[in-house]
Amino acid sequence: MIGMFERLDQIFVLLKHWLVGYLPQSWQTPVGVVISVACIVGLYPALFAVTTVLERKGVGRIQNRLGPNRVGPYGILQPMADGIKSLTKEDIVPTSADAVVHFLAPIILVVTVFMGFAVLPMGRNMVLVDMDAGLLFYFAMGASTELSVFMAGWSSRNKYSLLGAMRAVAQMISYEVALLLSSVVIVMMAGSLSLVKIVEAQNHYSYGLPHWFIFTPWGFAAFIMYAIAGTAETNRSPFDLPEGESELVAGYHTEYSGFKFALFFLGEYVAMFSISGLGSTLFLGGWMAPLAALQFIPSWIWFFGKLFVSMCVFIWLRGTLPRLRQDQLMNFAWKFVLPMCLLNLFVAALWRFMGDGWLRWVVCSAILILAYVSIGRGIMRREHFGPRSYRYAE
Amino acid sequence: MGFVFYLISAFAVGGALAAVLLKNLVHAALAVTIAFLGMALLFLRLDAQFAGFAQILVYVGAVAILVVFAILLTKGSDVPKEGVFSKSWFAGLAIAAGVFAVLAWAVLQSAPALPNETTAPAVAVNDIGNALMSRYVLPLEIIAVLLTAALLGAVIVAMHEKERAKQG
Repeated sequence: MIGMFERLDQIFVLLKHWLVGYLPQSWQTPVGVVISVACIVGLYPALFAVTTVLERKGVGRIQNRLGPNRVGPYGILQPMADGIKSLTKEDIVPTSADAVVHFLAPIILVVTVFMGFAVLPMGRNMVLVDMDAGLLFYFAMGASTELSVFMAGWSSRNKYSLLGAMRAVAQMISYEVALLLSSVVIVMMAGSLSLVKIVEAQNHYSYGLPHWFIFTPWGFAAFIMYAIAGTAETNRSPFDLPEGESELVAGYHTEYSGFKFALFFLGEYVAMFSISGLGSTLFLGGWMAPLAALQFIPSWIWFFGKLFVSMCVFIWLRGTLPRLRQDQLMNFAWKFVLPMCLLNLFVAALWRFMGDGWLRWVVCSAILILAYVSIGRGIMRREHFGPRSYRYAE
Repeated sequence: MGFVFYLISAFAVGGALAAVLLKNLVHAALAVTIAFLGMALLFLRLDAQFAGFAQILVYVGAVAILVVFAILLTKGSDVPKEGVFSKSWFAGLAIAAGVFAVLAWAVLQSAPALPNETTAPAVAVNDIGNALMSRYVLPLEIIAVLLTAALLGAVIVAMHEKERAKQG
């Protein structure tokens, strides 16, 4: 007999099997997959709606003002108003815009962003497809997102859109290298590209504390690099120069109005969920509870709780930090984040070969802290603030 | 083979044809991205997960972006006045037919070379990693040296340009 907490933990899986059990044998697998996909496609936009209110209220309170507070009690029905507005707004396409590419860009963004959820384990036994190369699939979908950003910027036939798109693509490519390298450390230590196996590799407790990868020196450094790169990948503040309102009107989605703009917005937030979900799977143990004593709480509650905390951190960063300039951003990626990620690979290998004990903690932490301080100081020392040199495009 | 194979092939061949026949250069770049995607789907159909996803990651995610950036930064996106087909198309056709004949011969020769294989070998990512580190380690190192040379060359070209722009 399954105990009550195990049943609560597997409640969605059991529900799906119960629903699918009413069908003949050959129909069961396809309909099961359709049900899972429908749940994902329905859940994350709902979370997106809640997050928009949370963000506007949160950033508003950080900036010492109330956020939206007209539509419902404390403004919680604001997403409904936003949804109705975006559905009924006129869809303006510029005459000289490339109509087909302009139409396809938001669609490609939303499709590739949702594909990433196929490999995230959202609870015990709750992954849509358990692929052998799951992490590679996730990054392949993330790489395809850049193409839609470029398509949006180019097809609008607008200088600001094109500039915003080029900046966004350059930023995304630079930080994608950092994202991949910080995840490669985890793959190296867990021994598999499959996300389910990576969570399984973290799934044991010692003295009641979990074996999450973030609690190791190389895991902590990799998590910091991953968080920075993830924030930059989704064009989120402080890396949101491509869509900065005061610099570029609205960047690559200037010429989009109505529902297509809502699709871009949805794509950006769902990409944030996706990257947070992957980050919690790789570093924070996925659906594991933080203490061995709390394992009775269902696994999916832990996964979505970690997702919620990541969202709050993103919103907090947006309200607090100033925006980085484009050259500062690119310098940071190539001169600081990338060398730290490469050093982190070396430190992780050293950790593995030193064997158990307190010595490896001390040595690995010392190497990483020394590198952090010296690279950071080294970059700043060479900053001479002289007159600017301009290079014009020919 | 089946319906899915013909669908994916139509996708890939259609994309490649559109890439050479379209007048607008950025449209042609996007069409060649569709051809890359078709190739990736063919790899996935053959159960080569790593090859398929690496194809999407590298070709669609990086090479296609590189192509469109090159088009943008060199002002080549205007439609050329003299048309997109070259004058020596017959020689091009002959060379393409020759290459196709060599490739087809190579593929058809490989089938009787492995008569005992009834099912496709299941290659896990682990096996690819092991092979890269043991049997194919020399090609791996040579590719690394090649990529470093390309990176250094790009930096030198860009730096040279910056110095010329500062003096000019």
